[in-house]
Amino acid sequence: MLEIRGLEAGYGQVQILRGIDLDIAEGEIIAVLGSNGVGKSTLNNNICGLYKPFAGSIRFLGNDIIGQDPKDIVSGGLIQVPEGRRIFPNLSVLENLEIGSYRRGKSNRKKNLERMLDIFPRLRERLSQAAGTLSGGEQQMVAIGRGLMAEPKLLILDEPSLGLSPLLVEQMFDLIKSINEGGLSIVLVEQNVMQSLKLADRAYVIENGVVTLSGPAGELIENTELKKSYLGI
Amino acid sequence: MLDEFMLLGMMPAAVVNGLMFGAIYALVALGLTLIYGVLHIINFAHGALLMLAMYAAFYLFRHFGIDPYFAIVFVVPASFVLGYALYRWGIGKLAHGKDENILLVTLGLAIVIENAAIFFFTADQQTITLSYSYDTVDLGFVFLSLPKVISFFASLFICLLLWLLISKTDLGRAIRAVAKERQGARLVGIDVEHIFAATYGIGIACLGAAGCLLLPSFYVDPFTGNIFVLVAFTIVVLGGMGSIVGALVGGFIIGVTESVGGLILGESLGQIGISLIFILILVLRPTGLFGAKS
Ligand SMILES: Nc1ncnc2c1ncn2[C@@H]1O[C@H](COP(=O)(O)OP(=O)(O)OP(=O)(O)O)[C@@H](O)[C@H]1O
Ligand SMILES: [Mg+2]
Repeated sequence: MLEIRGLEAGYGQVQILRGIDLDIAEGEIIAVLGSNGVGKSTLNNNICGLYKPFAGSIRFLGNDIIGQDPKDIVSGGLIQVPEGRRIFPNLSVLENLEIGSYRRGKSNRKKNLERMLDIFPRLRERLSQAAGTLSGGEQQMVAIGRGLMAEPKLLILDEPSLGLSPLLVEQMFDLIKSINEGGLSIVLVEQNVMQSLKLADRAYVIENGVVTLSGPAGELIENTELKKSYLGI
Repeated sequence: MLDEFMLLGMMPAAVVNGLMFGAIYALVALGLTLIYGVLHIINFAHGALLMLAMYAAFYLFRHFGIDPYFAIVFVVPASFVLGYALYRWGIGKLAHGKDENILLVTLGLAIVIENAAIFFFTADQQTITLSYSYDTVDLGFVFLSLPKVISFFASLFICLLLWLLISKTDLGRAIRAVAKERQGARLVGIDVEHIFAATYGIGIACLGAAGCLLLPSFYVDPFTGNIFVLVAFTIVVLGGMGSIVGALVGGFIIGVTESVGGLILGESLGQIGISLIFILILVLRPTGLFGAKS
């Protein structure tokens, strides 16, 4: 459903991505891996229209979305839960979730809200609390809940486990798994390489601005190069 | 002795009169604080645009006999459209995303509007007289002029509407969202530039209302706006930059201070109280009464 070809992107004069090819099929969950600063978030933000790529093509459900406004990309059902959460600190938890359906899924707002609170029961007790005063883990729940409120067709999760305790990371991965099993396609950007590979159908490894390794996640787990660079084995 | 008794006796009337004017001050300050809270700019064109609204109400009355209170129905939407367009295709574009540029652009805008007003409307002070201009409302201890009473309740009503808009609607949520987290706003599909312009438009719509409400009890000339905006700045600082409740409470405090100060110190010195409050707030509580701490 998402098809990226020869994507080049960066900031001003600085080129970060030098020709990325990436595909994701309906219902799939893929992992995007790579060391810090390699350009994973840059990739996400170019997909979502926050930046305009230098070259290449991005097709979502058959439409070329390069140059589209972020709001139109959201309308189309491509939703990102960004790195650093970027929830609205001055809005209540309830408002943060509601505003998730600002552009999409508004007619099912009530129903979806109930669903979110079933997934994240902790948020139910904190509905009127300002989101900025939540713990990091709770903020991540709000961020994911906000994304899901838009009834995404494809969800990009940028480091959802960042800053979570090991137990919460475990729960987060379980949650992602169950969301995916509900039929939602997911792009998962992660530092937890092994856990992501266990969860994902396929994976891409980005190095120096290009995809250097890709394939079924099960095969990559066995890959010695990957082990060397990420696990120091 | 007798003098002091008289002063005491007139105090309730001064307080009530202060509250009446305070509500309109609050409306002017609301626009200012909203624009500051979301766009992080101080709108130096505020006074000039208030003056334009007053002239709009003035000419609607003079040429078409439209009552200024009824003129709200036209002037408020027109002000919104003007504000929206000014920001979307003027201020926002010229500023290239730099806050200090926006400041200069609004300042320039103020100068242009004021000079155009002198040219088209002349520098003469204009006032209007309504059939009920001299009617009064008897509160038992004070007679209030009917236009002031109407303006008071109309201001409160508009403040309430604005509060509902900001706190209960999707537009209001988007406005508050954009104020603090623009990237996040884009990612939920909020058209940030549209919300910026809408915020500016709403701020100017407040001025539109204030202009209509002021006209029955105040003169208009090309510089009238600045009188109110100077006070509004104080209110915004007092109430807390960006705080709607702060603007309302601050408006009342300043209105009463001015009125009571005028009673005790004489009309021309009444404003000293405002300056004192301004300085006290800056020293004791720079974030204002309702301002966010950080
Ligand atoms: N807005 C920006 N302007 C200029 N350079 C940027 C900007 N954002 C990111 N960069 C640079 O682009 C490079 C890639 O950043 P990016 O955030 O995409 O990395 P990442 O793979 O997501 O890293 P991490 O795993 O740490 O999140 C970095 O060198 C970064 O400094
Ligand atoms: Mg990143």
